Amino acid sequence: MMMYQKIVDVVRHGILAAALLAMPAYVSAAGADVHLDKAPVNLNNQESLQRGAKLFVNYCLNCHSANYMRYNRLTDIGLSEEQIRENLLFTAEKVGDTMQVAMAKPDAKAWFGVVPPDLTVEARARTADWLYTYLRGFYRDPTRPTGWNNTVFPNVGMPHILWELQGQQVMKVEEHVDANGVKAEAHRLVLDKPGSMTPAEYDLAIADLVNYMVYMAEPAQMDRKKLGVFVLLFLGLLFVVSYYLKKEFWKDIH
Amino acid sequence: MMKNVEKCMAGTLAWVDKRFPLTANIKAHLTEYYAPKNFNFWYFFGSLALLVLVLQIVTGIFLTMHYKPDANLAFGSVEYIMRDVSWGWLIRYMHSTGASMFFVVVYLHMFRGLIYGSYRAPRELIWLFGVGIFLVLMGEAFFGYLLPWGQMSYWGAQVIINLFTSIPFIGPDVSEWLRGDYVVSDATLNRFFAFHVIALPLVLLALVVAHLIALHEVGSNNPDGIEIKEKKDPKTHIPLDGIPFHPYYTVKDIVGVSVFLIVFSAILFFAPEMGGYFLEANNFIPADPLQTPAHIAPVWYFTPYYSILRAVPPIFNSQFPGVAAMGLSVVIFALLPWLDRSPVKSIRYRGALYKKWLALFVISFIVLGYLGTKPSNVWGVFDASTWIVGGVDRATVVARIFTLTYFLFFILMPWYTKKDKTKPVPERVTV
Amino acid sequence: MANQPVDQGKRRFLIAATTAVGGVAAAAVAVPFISSMLPSARARAAGAPVEVDVSKIEPGAMVTVEWRGKPVWVVNLTDDMAKTLSGHDENLTDPKLEVTSQQPEYCKNPTRSIRPNLMVMEGVCTHLGCSPSPKLQPGGDMGGDWQGGFFCPCHGSKFDLAGRVFKGSPAPTNLVVPPHKYLSDAILLIGEHSEGAA
Repeated sequence: MMMYQKIVDVVRHGILAAALLAMPAYVSAAGADVHLDKAPVNLNNQESLQRGAKLFVNYCLNCHSANYMRYNRLTDIGLSEEQIRENLLFTAEKVGDTMQVAMAKPDAKAWFGVVPPDLTVEARARTADWLYTYLRGFYRDPTRPTGWNNTVFPNVGMPHILWELQGQQVMKVEEHVDANGVKAEAHRLVLDKPGSMTPAEYDLAIADLVNYMVYMAEPAQMDRKKLGVFVLLFLGLLFVVSYYLKKEFWKDIH
Repeated sequence: MMKNVEKCMAGTLAWVDKRFPLTANIKAHLTEYYAPKNFNFWYFFGSLALLVLVLQIVTGIFLTMHYKPDANLAFGSVEYIMRDVSWGWLIRYMHSTGASMFFVVVYLHMFRGLIYGSYRAPRELIWLFGVGIFLVLMGEAFFGYLLPWGQMSYWGAQVIINLFTSIPFIGPDVSEWLRGDYVVSDATLNRFFAFHVIALPLVLLALVVAHLIALHEVGSNNPDGIEIKEKKDPKTHIPLDGIPFHPYYTVKDIVGVSVFLIVFSAILFFAPEMGGYFLEANNFIPADPLQTPAHIAPVWYFTPYYSILRAVPPIFNSQFPGVAAMGLSVVIFALLPWLDRSPVKSIRYRGALYKKWLALFVISFIVLGYLGTKPSNVWGVFDASTWIVGGVDRATVVARIFTLTYFLFFILMPWYTKKDKTKPVPERVTV
Repeated sequence: MANQPVDQGKRRFLIAATTAVGGVAAAAVAVPFISSMLPSARARAAGAPVEVDVSKIEPGAMVTVEWRGKPVWVVNLTDDMAKTLSGHDENLTDPKLEVTSQQPEYCKNPTRSIRPNLMVMEGVCTHLGCSPSPKLQPGGDMGGDWQGGFFCPCHGSKFDLAGRVFKGSPAPTNLVVPPHKYLSDAILLIGEHSEGAA
């Protein structure tokens, strides 16, 4: 299994490297030049995906929908329909339903100024690294109506839903003078009031959540990569036999 | 037993042949179509283009079974295909990867025509049908790109349709007519769907048939640019340098197909977004008529022309010169058979002058293509004090230079191909 | 051209090998395309088993529930209605339930049901797919001989209260009893087979 995973990774990185070399123009959806932390995505870690699913259902799904994701699809990540029904569903829903949101759109608009976007494919629109940085980048800002601001999404409409877990961060601005005497400002997030999790625990929880969102954005991706190895091996075989066939016939010509 | 089966088959074939020229067609197009024996790898891309065409049609038919051309449902129906339809993700990725690979294959096929002079007499019509195919293909790609109804779909269509607004006098009416509304809307989506799934495919198929009929009428060119029909066996009247397409090129093309499928599958299964070039991140956000994404760029295969559009400055406050230049940059390929005055066809026997111009053209195409994926301030702005170009985006200046060389490749062709020192062409093809 | 002898055996083998590998590839590609036309996850979710609270159905009454887009009738028979089911076997096309596809094994009994008074059947005529009208009470517009059952308005097929077709109807066979089971005294689940049969 490990071996197999290695092949998948090598092939994928090879292709991406080739693509990026050929056209070094990857434009991230974030647009702005904010430094993004690398999200530790690992779709083979089913426990992480399951923890992420639980966080997603308990926190995100209160305001955001995931309209294209069916609960019973979570059997992909090692949950049984029973487990899904007991742990993730609200009473009125069926296990084959998609992840709807209870909040009505006009209410959402009135409360947040915008309708919270559907999150089914958010990880594909934003990238995992963006989500990972964003969800760890909330800080207190009394000038904002919600009292919160964000490092990668300035003036975001969403308040910090997970603040009880993370605690409160504040933005520290430090002035320092460099060797040439030029003043510069450095911005740094500092944990002001701790939450129920330590910073390390919180990072792990967000890693799980982002991991889950990456899975949810394309549930077929694990199958895709597994199948891809077999398809390539088979096409390799086709190449070999067709090459010898060609060589045999072209003896007539050469 | 075997004898009886064979007899039965022969009888059936004879019955069919009396009513439909099946055997005659197989002979004319496969077993007794004599192709030059010196084809190199550049000659794979024609059959590969045909393969991708079939792939796009078949996957397209199956996508149509689940896709909904409705502004409220389109985005969701694509995700429905990606998740709820059994194997829907595979069919959708085949189609989206196929779209980009179609252009890869067609660009290489066109480049082959360019370097070996395949557009030259007597193959002008093959070339013209080919340019027609290329134009229709661009239309297919443009119309198809709206269908997922994501942000890039929406704003791409909005921008391109608005280009027509710059046509003098009738422009605004034309773009409104194209959209069927004041903005890109459900009406636009519905008609783009009709164009994408039926109107253009019919035209495309007809052009492909014409392309092949014309090709099989005059015969294939080859890397030496020699007419093999001029040297025939006096008895059999078969070209001395010709070999039957089947079996020799069918078995060879299978090798090409398997290599192509390996590349195709590697992308499809391991990087279907191709780092944002085949499927753009912003297109995973549903179309929002009230909010334009921060940076929009066309899909990679349109970017050279898009760069030309941006490079040409407005004249009298009109965008029209840019639009016209963009249109011309595509259509100008059709003039090649009459611009090229060289006594030889193939690059093998041309002189240094042509090769330099061709290299400049390729560089222009690639640089323009690269710049088209970037915002025009990607390389910053020239210092205000710089001579002439002060205050202008550096990338825009570069794009202007390469737009000029792109067109000069064509405009100066009658001159440099005539002046060029060519080498003698051999009597027979070289292998 | 041929300046060396052709090894026909080798050639045939290579043709066969390439054809075989290519054929397997083509067949493998066909599978996803054919599968894509099967009911999708959405259709399967919509066609999921349906629960019915049978304790709320009065004796002599009927409810119609939708399962996989089809009407499914649940009829609670009174004792009088139940009596009508026996004694007219000679008028029925298939009284012995020999067409086994029309009911699950656990309903192959005189009342075609798990519980003798609770009839569960698809309200889809076996003739051409119209939905028959319930005519549960004897007589009425169906005439004096009518003991209660179902009448198809399209072509006049008649069924008894257990969904068995009367002779002379255009419908060839009995109404379908869908898979079902009881989760408790009150809750009937349509769409899933009873385990172990009843």
